Amino acid sequence: MNSDNKRKPKIAVYKFASCDGCQLSLLDAEDELLGIASAVDISYFPEASRAMLKGPYDIGLVEGSITTHHDAERIHQVRRECRTLITIGACATSGGIQALRNWKDVREFVRAVYATPQYISTLNTSTPVSEHVPVDFELRGCPINKYQLVELITATLAGRKPNIPAYSVCMECKRRDNVCIAVAQGVVCLGPVTHAGCGALCPSFNRGCYGCYGPMESPNTAALSSQFRILGQSNREITRVFRGFNAWALPFRKASEESERS
Amino acid sequence: MSDPKHRTIKVDYLARVEGEGSLYVKLKGNQVQDVKLKIFEPPRLFEAFLRGRHFSEVPDIVARICGICPVAYQMSAVHALERALEIHVDPAVRLLRRLFYCGEWIESHALHVYMLHAPDFLGYQDFIQMAPDHRHIVERALRLKKIGNLIMTILGGREIHPVSVAVGGFYKVPARRDLLPLVDDLKWALQASLETAKWVAGFEFPDFEQDYEFVSLSHPSEYPLNEGRIVSNRGLNIGASEYEKYFIEQHVQHSNALHSILRGRGSYKVGPMARFNLNFEKLPDVAKEAARECGLSLPCRNPFRSIVVRAIELVFACHEALRVIEEYQPPSAPRQQVPVHSSVGQAATEAPRGLLYHHYKLDQEGLIILAKIVPPTSQNQKRIEDDLWQFVPRLAEMPTEEIRWKCEQAVRNYDPCISCATHFLRLNLEREQP
Repeated sequence: MNSDNKRKPKIAVYKFASCDGCQLSLLDAEDELLGIASAVDISYFPEASRAMLKGPYDIGLVEGSITTHHDAERIHQVRRECRTLITIGACATSGGIQALRNWKDVREFVRAVYATPQYISTLNTSTPVSEHVPVDFELRGCPINKYQLVELITATLAGRKPNIPAYSVCMECKRRDNVCIAVAQGVVCLGPVTHAGCGALCPSFNRGCYGCYGPMESPNTAALSSQFRILGQSNREITRVFRGFNAWALPFRKASEESERS
Repeated sequence: MSDPKHRTIKVDYLARVEGEGSLYVKLKGNQVQDVKLKIFEPPRLFEAFLRGRHFSEVPDIVARICGICPVAYQMSAVHALERALEIHVDPAVRLLRRLFYCGEWIESHALHVYMLHAPDFLGYQDFIQMAPDHRHIVERALRLKKIGNLIMTILGGREIHPVSVAVGGFYKVPARRDLLPLVDDLKWALQASLETAKWVAGFEFPDFEQDYEFVSLSHPSEYPLNEGRIVSNRGLNIGASEYEKYFIEQHVQHSNALHSILRGRGSYKVGPMARFNLNFEKLPDVAKEAARECGLSLPCRNPFRSIVVRAIELVFACHEALRVIEEYQPPSAPRQQVPVHSSVGQAATEAPRGLLYHHYKLDQEGLIILAKIVPPTSQNQKRIEDDLWQFVPRLAEMPTEEIRWKCEQAVRNYDPCISCATHFLRLNLEREQP
């Protein structure tokens, strides 16, 4: 997606282990896409274009987690060629749902799925990009919020701080005037410890938040686990609740391991 | 490369497909010596970590196999689990699920027709490059795609990994008034789809037909989305519970691939062309008429014309969405209570890219003991290679770069979603000259 104007900032979009949903968010920004494409040079975005222009790039957007030896090498190359490196989504930011392997024997996992396990080359863990290289900004969500992505790109190019609040989903519920389903219906809800960004979607759909934006800043997971026990949840159930799309994010990881040990 | 008799066509990173794959073709003169569609997308091992999860979590988890068609994964999952747990959903829930699927078809087909495939026919590297020359068409594409996304957002909160789908129904269902704002958009989208069909029908298509075995769902009265028997143009007619008796994942020597084949018959083709050829009579008149005007005759066996078939399915999906909204009255309850017992269930639904099969086994607490998922792209994998073996010899006179692009186009005929396929599949095919 090159352009003749050489002074436009160059953007690259990379994929690691993921579902493609977060990079699709860029194409799903239907009202903004042509505007973005006229403001920046989308130089490397294989899902959208055959034209793959060489770096260095001003902004690299990385989707997906690190699960293979090859990718563990490749992410260093990506870091070298991007002035600003941004992870997009739960996989790149916390290891994604595929990080559930981190508590298991990955060889057994491979045997369960593949007829010829010896051919599969995979790491024992699925890890976020930040465990491998320095990251300039982590955009959360499974998937990310496309409006936050547009805001983040705009802010980065303007050299200002993006307006992406780190408070909890509870704040978003309040703003939507939702009746608290955890209080009113006794539903298990990760909203009190989950990073805002979705607009409190699940509570608005009459179900508990399942934490797809990962932990908020300084979450009190211990208090929430106690509350889940009061609601009648077993330790096994609590472990599962924290082991979702951001299972490997440190606060959720610790909470799940604590309930597993209890 | 300097020797004109021996040429290697390499595409190190296949663009405009979902996921990571590469292509390797070896030519001697105009004879194909090797075709390798290599997928290097890392495996994510969904079937393994689904074990031990509660059945109610499955629709949310399997959605993450594919960000392009999460609704398809949610639909196959709830149908398989409802079969296991002997749940019969409210007819209004059934209708809403059709509407949900229409939204995903519209979004996914608009994405592929306009943004991923059309640039091949018009000689552009990508959709954005088309914008200066085809502003009107690019804007039509974006609005059409957005309307598909809007349906999913109204029903599920967001277009990627929507949050409303539950075993037994939905967490929350819309009121009639929530759907009515879609009507004007969908009427526009129906017209836009007809224009899309007319537009793509005017492209130039290579003269290339293959004798495919087409496989899709078939429903007695509807163009298939969620329900129906699995049928083919060569007499296959089975229920989803028999799928694994007829379809096997074949281990190819010297490869990491599990190729889906029909037992004793070989490769087959799923997706829009299969659905169209096997269910033409179930299309609404407006779509049938558009197909005729586009010069599609039955059976359509030219894979390059799949772009026209996708446009016809866009017409269908917009028409069907309007029909559903017209008919919809909310169910008495958004979802049913689901009594749990140890059980097994299978189901297949029609993802935008074709048949998507799920199979689950549950214990008495409702925890998953076994999960098996066969996505459309892994079923088409072998067929894509078979197409290339037949197609490449016709290109032998062309310059290497042109062959490369044509091969990419032939792969993109299938709208392959490598992210889907590779949650369990890795392909590294090597073959001797046939």
